[in-house]
Amino acid sequence: MSATAGRATAQPDQEGRRGGFSSRRVFILAAIGSAVGLGNIWRFPYVAYENGGGAFVVPYLVALLTAGIPFLLLDYAIGHRNRGSAPLSFARLRRGAEGLGWWQVGICFVIAIYYAAVIAWALRYTFFSLDEAWGADPEGFFFGEFLQAGDVEVTADVVPGVLVPLALVWLAVLAIMVLGVQRGIGATSVIFIPVLVLAFAALVVQALFLPGAADGLDALFTPDWSALTSAPVWAAAFGQIFFSLSIGFGIMITYASYVGRREDMVGSGLVVGFSNSGFELLAGIGVFAALGFMAQAGGVAVGEVASGGIGLAFIAFPTIISEAPAGALIGVLFFASLVIAGITSLVSVIEVVISAVRDKLDTSRRAATVAVVVPAALLSLALFSTTSGIYVLDVVDHFVNQYGILVVALVSMLVVAWALRALTGLGEHLNVHGRPRVGTGWRVLTSVVAPVGLALVLVFALRDDLRAPYEDYPSWLLLVFGWLLAAVLPLVGFLLARLPWRAGTHLDGPPPGSDPAAPLDVTATADPTPRDRPGSGHDEGGLR
Amino acid sequence: MSTDAIMMMVVAMIVIWGGLALAIVSLVRHGAVEERTENLTRDL
Repeated sequence: MSATAGRATAQPDQEGRRGGFSSRRVFILAAIGSAVGLGNIWRFPYVAYENGGGAFVVPYLVALLTAGIPFLLLDYAIGHRNRGSAPLSFARLRRGAEGLGWWQVGICFVIAIYYAAVIAWALRYTFFSLDEAWGADPEGFFFGEFLQAGDVEVTADVVPGVLVPLALVWLAVLAIMVLGVQRGIGATSVIFIPVLVLAFAALVVQALFLPGAADGLDALFTPDWSALTSAPVWAAAFGQIFFSLSIGFGIMITYASYVGRREDMVGSGLVVGFSNSGFELLAGIGVFAALGFMAQAGGVAVGEVASGGIGLAFIAFPTIISEAPAGALIGVLFFASLVIAGITSLVSVIEVVISAVRDKLDTSRRAATVAVVVPAALLSLALFSTTSGIYVLDVVDHFVNQYGILVVALVSMLVVAWALRALTGLGEHLNVHGRPRVGTGWRVLTSVVAPVGLALVLVFALRDDLRAPYEDYPSWLLLVFGWLLAAVLPLVGFLLARLPWRAGTHLDGPPPGSDPAAPLDVTATADPTPRDRPGSGHDEGGLR
Repeated sequence: MSTDAIMMMVVAMIVIWGGLALAIVSLVRHGAVEERTENLTRDL
């Protein structure tokens, strides 16, 4: 009997030290915070406009329902069932699969170091908006005075105007991450996601009242039905859904591992998936209403001012801010939205790395956070606060997305579905508390439809990159920061997988006590590892 | 705005925001038993 009592507390104690979201609401907000990032605001509107306008809704919804949400649920199932970071969850599926998790960790580390730089730019531009610091030439200001970008080369010439906000971003990330899963990530999401939605909604309302807004919306939503027969349009829809949902590179596996074992992961996944798309639609309306105003003010067609990415945020929007009534308000709302969306996504990316380090090395939250964030911040400052930062960032972003995230997602999906044949077990896990139930349809979508969709995106990306150098950058830059980087990440991942786990780590299948069907009063079986002992110092908060 | 554009905008809004509303209602109605272990709240 005493043994049973000991067993009943072992697993919750272990999970308590690892950390977790205090409720479903916090988890959903954190997952939305991760999914809603810069891409929702500056990528979706232009991708939709370029790929059939209103007709893009059709492939977009097909991609969301047949690939995005099924893949999201797969990530949830892997993390929620195996209760670990990406490497630990894959190792628990099959020991040989651990390298896939470390590959995802490597990708997240690289993304974090450049993503922070874009947030730093947006932070600076939030204040630039107040006095329209770019003057009459937003493009010249951005590349010249602000970034001080010169020839395409790698330099160590620091730009203080980028260095300082970038250091502030990393300090904020350090503070959030050291506080832990609930007090750091959870609390940040609970506060900032509602703020983000309200700020962006205010921006959209403001934009809709600008003259020319209707022309912008007309350009965005007028359907070009012929686009539906174009394979690149379908690839663009699958790519948008895939990149936007934060799936396939460890984030959702990690977050799901922090959720109570009796939670409805299917219902939560549907809310997260539709919230992400809902915000994208809102962003599309706001951005194109503003672009319609810009086109009318310049006496040109909307197509001539439509852009996406960095060009939209740091060149088109400053132009709009300069010309619009209450432009400063639009600017602050827009750039503050970028900062918030970026920070909540950045913490999710860096959490993948911290969680993996903690699981592997059995370190405290604080030690793992410092061990991950400090090197990441130093690398970020060294590479992206210089006069060559914009070029390196552009290349790394392109290649890590296309040949990092996309490939690891495709490979891990195929491994889980076809090599490990784990879908049935994962589906059963989701169905214990999940509604609606997932069945054969979900298995077909995750094992066939989603991989085919991702393969289509990959083929078109590869075709474009082999046909012409990306953005006409020099070959050495593309080779070093593009192809080589993308190739090194899986090698590093599978090398890291060879490092031994701490003694007593449960690797064969889901850990004891994680069965979601078990009654609440008998919560666990024994896993008497050293980290289970009270006072092992492996605490979640790290600051107590 | 053209009629086609208005129609597609409305369709997108209904499907995506309507889908979100349905997902929330479904989750609230069928939500799982929340697990509140003492240890999970240690870092609150």
